[in-house]
This record gives sequence, C-alpha cells and structure tokens, in this order.
Amino acid sequence: MNRARTALLSLSLLFVLALSGAAQAVKPDEMLADPALEARARALSEGLRCMVCQNQSIDESDADLARDLRILVRERLKAGDTDKQVIDYIVSRYGEFVLLKPRFELRTLLLWGAPVLLLLAGGLFVFRASRVGRSAETEALTEQEKAALETLLKRE
Amino acid sequence: MVEIGHFALVLALALALVQMIVPLVGARVGSQSMMAVAGPVTVTGFALTALSFAALAIAYARSDFSVANVWENSHSLQPLIYKITGTWGNHEGSMLLWVLILTFFGALVAVFGTNLPATLKANVLAVQGAIGTAFFLFILITSNPFARLSPAPVEGRDLNPILQDFGLAVHPPLLYLGYVGFSVCFSFSVAALIEGRIDAAWARWVRPWTLVAWIFLTGGIAMGSYWAYYELGWGGFWFWDPVENASFMPWLAGTALLHSAIVMEKRSALKIWTLLLAILTFSLSLLGTFLVRSGVLTSVHAFATDPTRGVFILAILMLFIGGSLALFALRASTLAAGGLFQPISREGALVLNNLFLTTATATVLIGTLYPLAVEALSADKISVGAPFFNMTFAPLMVPLLLLVPFGPLLAWKRGDVLAAAQRLMVAFAAALLAALVTLVFIDGASVLAALGAGLAFWLICGALTDLAVKAGVGNVAWNVSARRLVGLPRSIFGTAIAHLGLGLTLLGMVGTLCFGAERILSMHAGETVEIAGRALRFDGLYPAPGPNYTEQNGRFAILNAAGAVSGEVTSSKRFYPVRQMTTTEAGIRTIGFSQLYISLGDEAADGSVVVRIWWKPLVTLIWGGGLVMMVGGAMSLADRRLRVGAPARRRNKTVAADGAGVS
Repeated sequence: MNRARTALLSLSLLFVLALSGAAQAVKPDEMLADPALEARARALSEGLRCMVCQNQSIDESDADLARDLRILVRERLKAGDTDKQVIDYIVSRYGEFVLLKPRFELRTLLLWGAPVLLLLAGGLFVFRASRVGRSAETEALTEQEKAALETLLKRE
Repeated sequence: MVEIGHFALVLALALALVQMIVPLVGARVGSQSMMAVAGPVTVTGFALTALSFAALAIAYARSDFSVANVWENSHSLQPLIYKITGTWGNHEGSMLLWVLILTFFGALVAVFGTNLPATLKANVLAVQGAIGTAFFLFILITSNPFARLSPAPVEGRDLNPILQDFGLAVHPPLLYLGYVGFSVCFSFSVAALIEGRIDAAWARWVRPWTLVAWIFLTGGIAMGSYWAYYELGWGGFWFWDPVENASFMPWLAGTALLHSAIVMEKRSALKIWTLLLAILTFSLSLLGTFLVRSGVLTSVHAFATDPTRGVFILAILMLFIGGSLALFALRASTLAAGGLFQPISREGALVLNNLFLTTATATVLIGTLYPLAVEALSADKISVGAPFFNMTFAPLMVPLLLLVPFGPLLAWKRGDVLAAAQRLMVAFAAALLAALVTLVFIDGASVLAALGAGLAFWLICGALTDLAVKAGVGNVAWNVSARRLVGLPRSIFGTAIAHLGLGLTLLGMVGTLCFGAERILSMHAGETVEIAGRALRFDGLYPAPGPNYTEQNGRFAILNAAGAVSGEVTSSKRFYPVRQMTTTEAGIRTIGFSQLYISLGDEAADGSVVVRIWWKPLVTLIWGGGLVMMVGGAMSLADRRLRVGAPARRRNKTVAADGAGVS
C-alpha cells in the first residue's frame, strides 16, 4: 500500500498536480449518527494529516492509517472530548507532524510571523522610498538655481 | 530515428554553448559579426531540439519499447493520443519539453527582436544559451530519454493511468510555456545588468513577454486545477500541495511583475524593482522545477539517498539565482532610478499591489519550505498544509482585492482617491446589495460568505465601472460613449476583463466553498437520494470494456419534481490491469454554472456501492474566471502600442540574418 503510494507520488510529482489516485475518503460506515458530532469530526479530520500520504488530510485519504485516525477521532468525540482534547490526544500519540496547521510555538515563530513581518517591512520600505522621492522632488532647486530662476523671471 | 534524436540533443548542447559564449564576448569587444552569431545559432538550436523531441514522440507513437523511457511509460494498447502525450508524462520527456520550450522562446526573441539594440539582443540570447546549456547537460548526464534496452521488451509497462487523460495533453505544455516564458524576462534583466543600463527598448520588451508567460501560466494552473478536480474524485479544486505551490509562486510573482512593468513602461519608474522582480519570478520557476524534480518534497532524507538529479538541479538553481542576484547587488546602484510620483496615484496603487503580491508569494514560499528547514535542522517533522495557507493567504488577498477597482481609476503621477471613490459608488452599492441578498435570501449563509460574495461583485462591478468611466457613460450622450467604448485602447479592456475574471473566480470559490452540499452514503440500485433540492436515483453498476482498462459505470438519473427523469449522469471506476491500478472518473453534470459531481467508492458484498455526491454551486466560474483572465491578457497583448512599437533604432540594427533558418 505504502510502496504503491510512493511510486504513484513520484510519478504525480512530474507535474504540478497533486494527483494521488482514486480518493475514497470518509466512508458511510464510519460516520456518526449525530450530525453535529459528525460535522465536528469532519472539521477536525480536515486539519489532521494522513501520515503515510503526501499532503493529504485524513478526511481525503483512503489509506488504512487515515481510516484508523478517523475512527479514533470519532471515538474520542463520542466519549465527550472537546475539539482541543481530541487534537491533544492525537498529537500525543502521533506527534506534531500530524497537524496540517502547525501550532504557534518557538520553532514555528518565523513561519507564522513571516507574513506580518514581511508586510510591515515592505510597507515601511515603500513608505520611506516615497518620502525620499517626495523630498527629492521638492528640494530639487538649490539656492543658486533659485537665484537664476529669479533673474530669468524678472527678465520676462 | 532515436539515435538521430539523441545526436540532435548533443548538437543542441554544443550550439547552446556557442550561443552562450560568442555573443557575450562579441557584445563585450564590440564585434558585430560575433553578436550576429546569436540569432542563427538560437534558431538552429531550437530546430535541433524540436527534432530531438519529435524523435522521442515518434518512438512513443510507434510504441518502440527498445527505448527504455517508452517501455517504462507506454503500452501498445493505449489510445494514440495517450501514447503521444506520454512523451512528456515522465521525468525525462518532460525535461525535454522544458528545453524545447526554452529554445522556442529563444528563437522567438531572435526572430522578432530585429529592432532590439544589438548588444542587448546578443546578451539576452547569451543568457538564454546559458540556461539552455545547463538543462541540456542535466538531461544528457542524468536524465537521458533515449537510452536503449537490449533485448527490447515485447510490451511496455503502461503510462500511469491517472495521466491517461486529456489533461496531460494540455496542462504540462501550457504550464511550461508559462514557467519557461519567464526565462525571457529573466534573460532581459540579466542582460541589462551586464550592460549596466536599462534603456527604453528593455522597458518596452519586458511587459509583452511577461504577459505571454502569464497568460500561459494562468491557463496551465486553471487547467491543472480542473484536471485535479475531475480526476481525483473528491471534488477539491486547490489543495495547497507543495507541487501546486511550486506553480502558484511564479504566478503570484509574475502577476506582480506584470503590474510593475506597466509602471515602468508608462512612467519609467520602478525600473530597478521590475528588474529584480523579473529575476525573482524566473528564480521561482527554477525553484519549482527543483522542488518537483529532485524529490526533496517527499522528504529531505529521501532526497539524500538518491541525490544525483537533485544535486544537479540544486547546482543549476544556485548558479542562476545566486549569480543573477549577485550581479544585481553589484550593478543595481549604477542603474538610473526612474520617474517620481505621489503616493496617491496609479503608480502608488500598483506599488501596493506589488507589496501584497510579493508578501503573499513569500508566505507561500516560506510555508512550502518550512517543513524542509525544520526537518533539516532538527530532524523533527512538522506539516504545513491547507489550513495554514488558508489562514495566512486569505487575509493578504482581501485588502488587495478591495483595492483592485481603485487602481485603474486613479490618474498617473497624482491621483484623487475621493474622485475614484465617487465613481465607484455604483459598484459599491452593487457589492453591498449582493452581500445583503446573499445573507437574507440564501439559507445558512454565513456573514463571511456574504462578505465574499460582496467582494466578488465589488471586483466585477469595479471592472465594469472602469470601462464605463473611460467611455464617459453618464457624462456624454449614449451613442457618443458607445463609440468611445469601442475606441478605447485594448489594454484598458485587457485590464478590465482580467479584473473581471478575478471577480468571477472569487465568486466561484465563494459559491463552492460556502454553499455546496455533500452526501456520502451507501446505495443499492433503485435507491433515491436528495441533494440541494434535487432527487438522484442510482440505476446500478454496468461493466464495460475499454482499450487498455475495464470499467464499472454507475448510472444515475436526475429526477424532477414530478419524478420524471430530467437527466443522466454516469460515474465510473476504471481498472488498469498492467499497473493494477484503479482510477475514478467522476460523473459530472453541469447545470448553469454549477455542477453535480458524483464519485463511486467501493462495492460491498451485498451489492451496495459507496457513493459521494456533491452539489457545487458556481464551481465552473473558478476556471471560467481563469479563462476570462487569459482573454484579458490576450487583449492587452493585442494593444496597438505593442504591435506598432516605437521606431526601431536603425543604426543599431543587426545584420538581417536573424530570420534565416526558420521554416
């Protein structure tokens, strides 16, 4: 199973397409009867990675491991866990790798901070460049040039 | 024939070396004859690469399994179209397509660049030659598509079934035309740095080339997205997969480049920035090639175990990105900065566009590479997937999209925001109305969905407002403004149409993501299911033979309120015996702009089948908007000022031998 996926993956990597075969995600027999609980399970599943796949959530993957995780998520929800408790439980068993949205912590500081920092830095740069541009425009005349302009204007 | 192809490829490498060295030296020492070598050599190099590619394609069409590459990726029973498209359905062949397109663009510059200053043209073609040299070497040393097998196998191992689709005929060529098209902008930038000046010819040439590459890349990404949507069977259109991001980053940077090139062309400002952006855009294309080709995405460690190809591309990457950026650092200060403008102006708006687009590009880049960095530094593995990108990318896009309608309505140099806002009142009212209608009349509409719909209408109506204002609608009589509208420069239409396309794409996304419906269930033949107000009856599974597969067709009937059949959908599962693989062929019925999407799952012992049904409102607008964007780009490309051009510099004109050799 795993080897077939890797072979497939290396082929699909040829293109900019993430083609990874016939996807048969969550199956009817796994689904919970309570629609509210099932909706929470689906939402949680979308944020959890299928560990043996390339960039697929367990909600999209047909790998056996993904199915196990989907069932595990639903079992925890039925047992009354909150969303956070479910996530913590899964992470404690499978590690941070399972989270498609990494937690905000020291080593992901740069990841989460990058968009804000870059936007601020870029904005500051643009702002300063526009100030420089404007001052260059207004301070274009030196004293001598002004005097020369005066005489020219007087001659008119 | 195969050996001829191999030989032509080696010859093309030799010519690329000549193309790299002779014109460069010629430009340095001022030798007209040495510079004149560039044109014919480039065109001949293209002809040889085309011959080489044709040789491989013919081997595929003939199912010549004595060629290892054909044996690995083809089968005699495949339909002819998939035999031919299989040529680039593998690593070696797709790299050959890459250089074919590279030399094609080089030849275009050689043929159409007759009014370019001689030294600029020589340097541009030399840089193209350098890129060509690197990739020819890569193919010949690590990825030779012409390697023979002896004894020749009787039958091939089949093309990956997922790739046996019309998408393979269109998506990679379009995508590569986009990716590689940016090499021309890159070569122009590096040539300008080598010369140490940016002249008017440079500014005039970069925008059309950017447009050409951008149009193809837009098409390639839209096509890829639709292909993934109908082939993968789970109805998603964008997955934020690293492989997708690899194509999306050059698109974002290329879009920024397109806009800064307008400022440079019209107002000769932002020259240095445009030059840098052109370098960065192609660098991202190269990076994408590296990410996709080297296998580094699967795992840093997988990359380390078989690094030949990866290391080679990494070296190419460092040489070109590092080299061009170093050249930029050395030379940028010698380049003259361009015109000045007030912050509130068309230029200012385009600078903001660039700020948001480059930040978004960097965010995608960091998100894509971060897991690799963490794994390399700490041996820990983290994932950065769709939820991260949705959370960071969307907030960067919203302000940009809000600003889009203002840009074209602001004057160059010094604009008036209030006047622009006044003109946009109607568009704003329409957007507000759309948001309110969504919120009030559609069941279960969230505030976010309403805002999304409003934003889409803001873009669409803003684009129409731009045209109306420029035609003088409301200020002059109807027939006068109608005449003015027809007479507007095509680039104005181009802008408006492209922005309208953006609005349509957004509308499609909002419709699909916020108002779609999904049913996952197990169905027996004869059972009926309700989705989004429609009844759908499963009529059973019927087996059918195919040329190199067998398939199970699940037939569904769409029933109207009276219970009569109003339409049929067939959804299939195909089994390809050679590779022992199953693919889903989703059953799709387009109703208006929306689609009903049915995908088959496993068959149970009792004869029931797992069925997934989605109702995807307005989903076709996602790709339709992309097509509209392409049309906008093409309109802009057809603008009079690009076709006529500025008067050629007679004294610098190269020897008229450029076109020789094209046939």
